[in-house]
Amino acid sequence: MADGGPDERELLAKLWARDSAAFRALVTRYHASFVRVARSFVASDAIAQEVTQEVWLKIIEGIDGFEGRSSLKTWMFTIVSNRAKTRGVREKRNVPWSSLEPDDPAVDPARFNEGGMWSQPPAAWGEDSPERAAMRAQSLELLANEIERLPEQQRLVVTLRDIHGLDAEEVCNILEVSETNQRVLLHRARARLRAAIETARDRS
Amino acid sequence: MLTCREVTELVTDYVEGRLRLRDRLMMAMHLGMCSHCRRYVRQVRAVMAALPDVAVPPPSEEVVASLSAHFSALPKKPPS
Repeated sequence: MADGGPDERELLAKLWARDSAAFRALVTRYHASFVRVARSFVASDAIAQEVTQEVWLKIIEGIDGFEGRSSLKTWMFTIVSNRAKTRGVREKRNVPWSSLEPDDPAVDPARFNEGGMWSQPPAAWGEDSPERAAMRAQSLELLANEIERLPEQQRLVVTLRDIHGLDAEEVCNILEVSETNQRVLLHRARARLRAAIETARDRS
Repeated sequence: MLTCREVTELVTDYVEGRLRLRDRLMMAMHLGMCSHCRRYVRQVRAVMAALPDVAVPPPSEEVVASLSAHFSALPKKPPS
């Protein structure tokens, strides 16, 4: 586990200097994700909110003593995971490996011919077009909306891995999922997000 | 030889560096020859590149204010 890099060191310095804007930005950025991680362990939304409140107080309490042996975000999410676990585990929290549906293909099978080659290949997204900036803002909103529609565990994994930038091992530890499950969930989430952008582009 | 369909299922393992050498070579070969799959992989990578900028749902102003009050109540950090 590496430290959080220069951006995190800058943030830490601001927090140590009691910069309230920096703290507000931290809460804004991470609060929902803390609640969601907590919710994957506990029995209700209300308990997840309580746990998250406790976590923020622990973070505030501990920030001066944070030594940077791991990244700040890893430290924070580990607190969430630990606190949520001590509150009691909800039933059926983890999708057992055997029940991850085998038939959740990344791409609609109808888009391949019998030999498994593309019959309806992906169209260009205009990555090189001048409207790139405008498209990108739209895409971000679309991605945010589609993430809200993902199944819970896919949303959790893609949020921790790709939005917050935690690595695979960290995510497995925080969520208590196996490496294999984590990869399958990430794979499906990314496939769905790509498909959502494609669908939107096809319609425009 | 990999089919395009197999490529779309292996893309995450490929990008994560989790494929065994043999599969990695087959992927590289297929991508070298298939512009459709190259585009598919590019699109998955584009999604990954955009995600850090996606906004998570914001907390209520109440939550932010309450926690900020706790933060502001901290005494000054002693010099280390």
